Amino acid sequence: MKTENQKAWFFVLPVLFLVAFNALVPIMTVVNYSVQETFGNNLFFWQGLDWFEQILRSDRFHAALGRQFLFTGMILAIEIPLGIIIALAMPRKGIWVSVCLVLMALPMLIPWNVVGAMWNIFALPKVGMLGYFMNDVLGVRYDMTQDPLAAWITIIVMDVWHWTSLVVLLCYAGLVSIPDAYYQAAKIDGASPWKVFRYIQLPKMKTVLTIAILLRFMDSFNIYTEPFVLTGGGPGNSTTLLSIDLVKIALGQFDLGPAAAMSLIYFAITLLVSWLFYTLMTKDDQK
Amino acid sequence: MAKITLSNLRHSYLPSPAGPEDYALKEIDLDWQDGGAYALLGPSGCGKSTLLNIISGLLVPSEGRILFDDRDVTDLPPDQRNIAQVFQFPVIYDTMTVRDNLAFPLRNRGVAEAKIAERVAEIAEMLDVQEMLDTRAAHLSPDNKQKISMGRGLVRDDVNVVMFDEPLTVIDPHLKWKLRSKLKELHQRVRATMIYVTHDQTEALTFADQVVVMQDGEIVQIGTPVELFERPQHTFVGHFIGSPGMNVLPALELEGVILFEGHQIAFEGAVKGTGGHTEVGIRPEFVSLSDAGLPAQVRKVSDVGRHAVVEAMVGNTPVKAIVEGEVPPQGDTVHLAFRTDQTRLYRDGWIATEASR
Repeated sequence: MKTENQKAWFFVLPVLFLVAFNALVPIMTVVNYSVQETFGNNLFFWQGLDWFEQILRSDRFHAALGRQFLFTGMILAIEIPLGIIIALAMPRKGIWVSVCLVLMALPMLIPWNVVGAMWNIFALPKVGMLGYFMNDVLGVRYDMTQDPLAAWITIIVMDVWHWTSLVVLLCYAGLVSIPDAYYQAAKIDGASPWKVFRYIQLPKMKTVLTIAILLRFMDSFNIYTEPFVLTGGGPGNSTTLLSIDLVKIALGQFDLGPAAAMSLIYFAITLLVSWLFYTLMTKDDQK
Repeated sequence: MAKITLSNLRHSYLPSPAGPEDYALKEIDLDWQDGGAYALLGPSGCGKSTLLNIISGLLVPSEGRILFDDRDVTDLPPDQRNIAQVFQFPVIYDTMTVRDNLAFPLRNRGVAEAKIAERVAEIAEMLDVQEMLDTRAAHLSPDNKQKISMGRGLVRDDVNVVMFDEPLTVIDPHLKWKLRSKLKELHQRVRATMIYVTHDQTEALTFADQVVVMQDGEIVQIGTPVELFERPQHTFVGHFIGSPGMNVLPALELEGVILFEGHQIAFEGAVKGTGGHTEVGIRPEFVSLSDAGLPAQVRKVSDVGRHAVVEAMVGNTPVKAIVEGEVPPQGDTVHLAFRTDQTRLYRDGWIATEASR
C-alpha cells in the first residue's frame, strides 16, 4: 500500500536552511550592496547599475582581470601536461605506488597560508634558500620584492608545486582503471607508445581530466591566500590578482558598492567559463 | 599461418618455484597444426589463459620453447610474432570509428591505404558490420564490440594464429550461438589456425576440430569432440564433458576381478596393470534399465526434456542413467545394465582398459 503525505519536506528543510544561510542570503546581501551607495550609519541610496558600469569601464579592473587570466592560463598550461606526464611515469604496482602517492599528496595537505609563508621565506634574497642560491651562488638577480618578473615566476612555481599533485592523482586514478587487456591488445596490434597514449590512455583519462581542469580553473581563478601572503600583490600592482584587488576595494577602501558589483561580475565570469568548458568537453558524449 | 610447437613448456608466476605445485603450467608438449580449429578447455585456474598468453608472447615461460614453423619465437614480443588475440572483454578504441578500429593493426604496420580499404571492406562483409563502419565504436553494443575485436584480429591476412580468450563471456545468451556460428564460419573462410579458450564445453565442442582438455596445469587429453565423449582418457575428462558427466564409481580389485558394490563388472577389453586407486567409468547414456543387472533403488528422477536422468542407488553409490520413454517412480527397485563396450576401468584417474575392436 502506498501512503502519500508531505513528510519528506521536513527532511529537506535542514539542507534548505543551510543553503539559504551560507549561499543565498550572502549572495542576496551582495546583490543588495551592488545597487546602492552607503556613507555609513546604515544609510543607503539607490544607485541602479552605476557600480557595474563603473567597474566594467575601469582600467584597474581590466588590468586585474588580465593578470588573473594570465595566471590561470599559465598554471593550467604547466600543471595539466606536467600532471599527465608524472601520472604516466608513476609505477602501477609494488611498494613504490604508496610511496609515490604519499609524496604526491603531501603538498596538498599544507594549509594555503603556510604555503605562501613557506615560499615567501624560501624565495627572499639573502634569507631564503632559493633567494640565496640564485643571487649569491648562481649570480642571477632574483628578487620578487623588487622585480615583477621574479614575483610572477615565484607565484607560478608555487602554484605548480602546490597543485600539480591534484592533476597527477586524478590522472593516475584514470590510468589504473584501464584493464590490462587494452595494453595487451595494443601490443598485439603493433601500436606505438604514442598511439597507446593517444587512443587508449587519453580517452580513458578524459573524464578525470575534465574534472581536473575544471577544479584547477576555478581554484586558480579564485586564488587569494597564497599570492597575498607571498607578494601581497606587489611589487606595485604587478601580482594583484582579481581577488586581491577585490579585498583591497572592499576592506581597504571600504567601497562596498563597487566591491559588491565587482564580486558579482567575478562570479559571473567564473561560472560562464566553467559552464562553457564543461559543455564543450562533454559535448561528444551526448550523441 | 604456421604450425605451432610447444616444447617442454613450464611456467610459474613465482620467482623461484620449489615443487610442482608452484607451477601454473606443469609440462606442456603440444603441436598445433596449421589451419586447425582448436579449443583449450578446462575449469577456471587450470592454466589455459597462462598457456594462451605464452603463445601470444604476453608472458615469457619459465622453461621451454615455442616454435612457429620451426622458428623459435620464445623471446619475441607479441607484435613480432604476428598473432591476433581476442580478449574476454571487448577491447575497442573508443574514439575511433569502426572503420579505423579495423584498419588500426594494418596502419601500425605501414600497409598501403588502398590495401587497407580492401581488407577492411572484406572483413566488414564477413562480420556483417558494413552499415556501422562509420559510427564511433564507443556506442556499439557488447556483441558488436566483440565482433570488432575479432575483426581486428582477422584483418591481417598473414597472422600465424588467432586466439580467443573466453570471448563470449559478456555476450547475451541469445547472441552467443550467433557469434559462435559466425566464428565457425570465419574459420572455414580464412583457414587460419585458431585457438579458443573456454571453460564451457558446449562452446569448445561446437567450435573445435580438436579439443585440448586441461586440469591443474596439465593436458589431460587431446581429441575430437567425439573421442572426448566416447573414450575419456581420464576420469576428469569424463566428468567434465557431458551432461550429466560420466559415472565414476569406486571399484575393488580382487585377484584380477573388478567388483563394484560386490558385483563383478565386465569391461570393453583387457585390464592393464595392477594396483592404484581403481574406478569404473561409464557414461549415463550407456546405462539402461533392464530385467537383469545390478539391483538399484531409484532416488531421483529429473526430466530434462528429450529424456530423463534417473539416479539410482547401487548399494551406497549413486549411478546416473539416461532413460528415454517411461521412467520408474522414485523408490522403485530397478536393474541397471552397463553396456560392456562402453565400460572402462580407471587406475589413479587414467584409463586402464584396452579398447574394444
